[in-house]
Amino acid sequence: MYPSPRRVARFRGNPVKTPIPKRWAAIITGLAVLMLLSIALALGVGTTALSPSGIWNGIFGNTDTIESGIILGIRLPRVIMGVAVGGALSVAGTLLQGLFRNPLVEPYTLGISGGASLGVCLCLLFGLPGLLGIVAFPLAGFAGAGTVILLVYSLGMRSGSLRPNTMLLIGVMISFVSSSLVMLLMAVSRSDDLSNIVFWIMGSLDEPNRTLIKLVMGGSIAGLILSMFYSVKMNALTLGDEEASLLGIDTVLTRKVLFVTASLLTGLSVSASGIIMFVGLIVPHFMRMFAGSDHRILIPSSFLAGACFLTLCDVIARVIISPLELPVGVITGIIGGIVFIYVLSQKRVAL
Amino acid sequence: MNRQFLDIQDLACGYDRQMVLHHINFQAQKGEVVTIIGPNGSGKTTLLKTIPGLIHALEGYALLDQEDLSQMPAKLKAKRVAMVMQPMESIYMTVEEYVLLGRLPYFKTYQFIEDPSDIRAADKYLEYTGISHLKGESLSRISSGERQLATIAKALAQEPELLLMDEPTSHLDISHQAQILKLITDLKQQHDLTVVMVQHDLNLAGEYSDQVILLDKETQTLYKSGSPKEVITEAHIRAVYHTDVVVESNPHSGRPGVFLRKS
Repeated sequence: MYPSPRRVARFRGNPVKTPIPKRWAAIITGLAVLMLLSIALALGVGTTALSPSGIWNGIFGNTDTIESGIILGIRLPRVIMGVAVGGALSVAGTLLQGLFRNPLVEPYTLGISGGASLGVCLCLLFGLPGLLGIVAFPLAGFAGAGTVILLVYSLGMRSGSLRPNTMLLIGVMISFVSSSLVMLLMAVSRSDDLSNIVFWIMGSLDEPNRTLIKLVMGGSIAGLILSMFYSVKMNALTLGDEEASLLGIDTVLTRKVLFVTASLLTGLSVSASGIIMFVGLIVPHFMRMFAGSDHRILIPSSFLAGACFLTLCDVIARVIISPLELPVGVITGIIGGIVFIYVLSQKRVAL
Repeated sequence: MNRQFLDIQDLACGYDRQMVLHHINFQAQKGEVVTIIGPNGSGKTTLLKTIPGLIHALEGYALLDQEDLSQMPAKLKAKRVAMVMQPMESIYMTVEEYVLLGRLPYFKTYQFIEDPSDIRAADKYLEYTGISHLKGESLSRISSGERQLATIAKALAQEPELLLMDEPTSHLDISHQAQILKLITDLKQQHDLTVVMVQHDLNLAGEYSDQVILLDKETQTLYKSGSPKEVITEAHIRAVYHTDVVVESNPHSGRPGVFLRKS
């Protein structure tokens, strides 16, 4: 006798699965350890290589030593920027992919990074930092990012339903327009403004201003916490607005909060480090395969993995043509572009 | 006492001021299965979505236990009314994660992880719909019939009193059709669940419902409502669908069966 099809099917699933909270704890712990390792690597590697004990002494030992100068003065701020910006961009990407129900969406492909950079350029040209101080940069970035999200969303929405392909195309076009506008601004600006813009736009984690570093770190953690509060609702939103509202979710409010969070995270990152491409695309994509698409685990694991990824990319950017260094955006752009093409070629992607 | 558990009063529905249906009136008691039939484009799904307020009613009310559904707080409504829609293919979560989403209305504000009771409820309805073995499978990788069952399990996990279903048997083979309709019959008998569903198949509508609502596309309103025998007749089908049919009673159940008449 053959077993009935249902009996065969019974063995196809995986009934023995680790309980959810335990599995999540394991994922988070693993990623946290990985992040600490990459931070240690980033602190140790460079023109002057430092041993683990050297790093330890540099951070906690006498502040007068050369090690301490290298670690606290140069490498640690940069590592903090890597963690904050990588985490922020990945969380922003995760939120946007969930909201648009499209795995190809991220701050860069939607033109949000472009909008933020245009905002920062305008802010530089109009001399706003002189008036408002360093806060002018993140504010301008946030304003630019928010404007683009609003534009993409309202143009891509028709009679109550999202049109994802239209949105993606609008986003790509806005990217082009804003980078052209940035070039226009560069062409008409005075030479000292020009060098400021060029220096900033290259996409580097080298940020001399301590206040801005603190602001970016604080902002990205705040964004992470806020998105975690909405992670359960985001799971429902991936079913579509109608289904989510039938589950008792206020879809309009949830969307608004998450869009603002995503533009805040993007605006902050771009204002401090220029355009760093594709981090928000690759990290959530791989985390979805690795940790699952439940946003309660996807959001924190994307943050940790993004922090890890950008820190490591920066190490590569610093050592590959040492003593010169590449902008980190170049490294993420190359890796990200290849991954983007790979993802596009997979038929699982629903556009 | 339970008369008129669901009371649809003078409902008019449509999109952006363009009216699709008007003056819709019908009532359903607890444990009653109501089937909406009508030609393509007659507004069956629109009517179904207007009942829980997914589409704003242009006029009239949908009352559940004397309470206006469009005024009911969203979370409370989600505990009382569930809807089975056409499932999307591009949802990347496991069947279990999907069914657990049906427990969301029972989450406290900012509750983060499901209670054991939620897990038990999800397990129960996975078992009930016969898809426990697919728990860990990705929703995008199972067959459309299994996906349909998963959407029903999710709706049942909401433990609703009113279940709305949009063509629950479309794209299904006859054994899955029978399985789902058997399930609906069980639910109404054991849990006093009231079901309103949209159905294209007149034979299934005749076989499994207590009340049939026939919508007419031309007059944009309810053509006839009543028991399957009263509604599914040769004259009514000809008037609404402009098709010649023979209606004969199913020798097994005595319910009306519809056959095409060759011209």
